[in-house]
Amino acid sequence: MSEKRQFGLGLRRPHYGDFLDGPSAVAVDFVEVISENFLVDGGRPLNVLRRVRERHPVALHGVSMSLGSADGLRDDYLARLRSLADMIEPLFVSDHLSWSRFERFTSHDLLPLPYTREALDVVCGNIHRAQEALGRTMLIENPSSYVSLPGEMAEWEFLEAICARTGCGLLLDVNNIYVSARNHGFDAQAYLSGIPAARVRQIHLAGHSQGRELLIDTHDRAVPDPVWSLYASALERVGPVATMIERDDDIPPLSELLAELEVARAIAQGNLRRAA
Amino acid sequence: MSLAALQRDLRSWLTFEANDAAGRLGEHAAPGLAVYLNNYRGQLMTCLAQSFPAVRAWLGDTAFDGAAATHIERRPPHSWTLDEYAIEFPDTLDTLYPQDPEVAELASLERDLGLAFVARDAAQLTLSDIAHIDWSSAILELAPTFSLLPVTSNVAAIWAAIEGGRTPPTAAILDVPAVIAIWRKGYSPTFRTLDAAEARALFMLTDGRTFGEICAALVHEVGEVDGPPVAGNLLARWITEGMIGSIRSDSVSPPVAGQSPAAPPQ
Repeated sequence: MSEKRQFGLGLRRPHYGDFLDGPSAVAVDFVEVISENFLVDGGRPLNVLRRVRERHPVALHGVSMSLGSADGLRDDYLARLRSLADMIEPLFVSDHLSWSRFERFTSHDLLPLPYTREALDVVCGNIHRAQEALGRTMLIENPSSYVSLPGEMAEWEFLEAICARTGCGLLLDVNNIYVSARNHGFDAQAYLSGIPAARVRQIHLAGHSQGRELLIDTHDRAVPDPVWSLYASALERVGPVATMIERDDDIPPLSELLAELEVARAIAQGNLRRAA
Repeated sequence: MSLAALQRDLRSWLTFEANDAAGRLGEHAAPGLAVYLNNYRGQLMTCLAQSFPAVRAWLGDTAFDGAAATHIERRPPHSWTLDEYAIEFPDTLDTLYPQDPEVAELASLERDLGLAFVARDAAQLTLSDIAHIDWSSAILELAPTFSLLPVTSNVAAIWAAIEGGRTPPTAAILDVPAVIAIWRKGYSPTFRTLDAAEARALFMLTDGRTFGEICAALVHEVGEVDGPPVAGNLLARWITEGMIGSIRSDSVSPPVAGQSPAAPPQ
């Protein structure tokens, strides 16, 4: 099957049994794992990942590379990720347009960047270094954000620039576009129009929640209707690309997530029919 | 503002709730900064709660959350892996509960079980692997998952009761301090409390002493008659329980007919 038509789910601990012990492989085209959960020396986590890999292609999705760090990337992190990638031969290796580490501090959260020329130089330098260390092209994901820092370009212009300068691809998180658009008052359709569509290799879908004043990217509920609508628009813009659903909290039975994935398939097939 | 200056300010906001730093991040940034602060603290709280379920059960939710909040305030994370954030929590508990050593010791036990869970795999040594070894010079290398934890309290019984869903015993100081061995059997972390002679022998292993030296120490401790069989029994137990990762020996002795492979040197 073409990489572009693939539909996957995040592999989460409550579903390990479904993926490992079921009589047949779960009906997904690939699974995505959080890379850091498997950057360990040994034990059950790596055993689980190896066994899942025997049944499914695996995408490695990171949260700790900190591509926006002004003081560069960590060699030990890159070396570990390279080892994991060499073992898994992943479908994609991705991380976020954000930062989480500076000097000796690590936030373990995806913190926002100012979209300035200086930040662009930093991020591009870090992506170059990461791709060289990994021996692979990376996908960079647009983040949800809760603070709009003073900048010199829009987020989609920033993404276009890093793709042009580093050759990286994009992981387009449709829920993140929706959340950030609502939080910062920009037009999500304008965002979709501005991204370099040909660079999008994967799409993320997820749910969010309403905070006191802002939408929060919680991944704790089903994909809501406005995000499905935006997904349909995104597919019109970027064409059929690999799509997966992220669920990280209040994780339901696998059957519910597979039903959600069917919605994604139906939307994608509808788009294809319209385009034909 | 440079990117580095911005990142220092956000760090100051997250770690110290520094209002001057927050002010430099924009006049309309307050609601969003509150979200990032909540996410930062929540992520670390979740990490500690998931890493120390027995400590949480022992202290109760309110006291545990208070201790976790203190840890987060005193020790901002510095490693890219959240697993490492759990490592220093026993130190914080030790300062918060100086009169209740079982609290920090219970945390140390949970921490070491967690470290064993993801430690490097090693081939399981079998009794057949130990034929033809010159025991006087043999060095037994412990499994990568193995560690020793000295304790002064009945923490092993407390952990076992909590894990088993039973009412834990009252905390008590042991008559004699003990040592707990922690390692992984297959993919499951495990532990057991050692008697004094076995603990001393295993500490000698961790110091790189030969099995011959351990045998000599046991002979000195329990006598020439009992020392060799005690050493042999310990060796067999360590191997069958998966504590030993490999054995290094510079020279090889031919097998002796009728002698058990696990028998120590005479």
